[in-house]
Amino acid sequence: MDEPSEKNCGSELMKCQDILKELSEYLDGELDPKLCEELERHMEDCHPCLVFVNTLKKTISLYKYASSEPLPKEVHLRLHDFLKKKCQGC
Amino acid sequence: MDISDQALVEKIRGGDYQAFESLVNRYESKVYRLSIRMLRNPEDAEDALQETFLQVYRGLKGFEGRSTFSTWLFRLATNVCLMKIRHRETEPGKLLPLEDYLPRHESGEHPQILDWTGRPEEALLSKESREKMLEALEKLPADYRAVFILRDMEGFSNAETGDTLGLSVAAVKSRLHRARLTLRGLLSNYFEREEA
Repeated sequence: MDEPSEKNCGSELMKCQDILKELSEYLDGELDPKLCEELERHMEDCHPCLVFVNTLKKTISLYKYASSEPLPKEVHLRLHDFLKKKCQGC
Repeated sequence: MDISDQALVEKIRGGDYQAFESLVNRYESKVYRLSIRMLRNPEDAEDALQETFLQVYRGLKGFEGRSTFSTWLFRLATNVCLMKIRHRETEPGKLLPLEDYLPRHESGEHPQILDWTGRPEEALLSKESREKMLEALEKLPADYRAVFILRDMEGFSNAETGDTLGLSVAAVKSRLHRARLTLRGLLSNYFEREEA
């Protein structure tokens, strides 16, 4: 599969490199609506950019679930013991 | 109804140690999770957890309430983690310019890229994949890692992340974007190797 390029890939308004610089704002819903429309139009014609956006989006969502270690009970107990000792003299 | 953070802070200032324990109970899991994501090592994360709450107790008199208690707490916790990271010798340096994280177009040829997003969730979130994701996170310079963790893993807004780290919203956005592109690249390399 192709990567996004420096070519225009069909859109007259935005180049691939311009698209990639705006992606975070696009994914966060913070991109100016006009630019957003241009970007989406560009992706209709440029499959590599679409893949790039999808993999970026997936990366962000995977990290939300990457690690959610619960606090181990013994760490909780040691923390409270530590604070009790240290804070008595505060 | 739960007593507010601010009410607990007032009680602690009045010498109520139980109120402090309630505040610790309320936030210890979140601070531990942040610490382990920042430091990866459970012993270091536990040290950071203890140090953060000790700083909270000692600093409460000077806490003026200009930010919320939780923002102040996470600022302390992040700084404790960053200090620990600065003492490590193996931390990554600065990130390259943004262009270096965008795909390259060389000699008119499009390099190959795989769309791995269609792989089953159980493969994308397997134990090994999660390890690789945390390894990739560790490759980010600490200040970029902190922005990514607070913003994308802890769900802070840009403004909250900026308040916590003492950065402007524009700086948060810029670091977040670079961090995301870097992680996308590292994860893509991993998933593409898996596929091969």
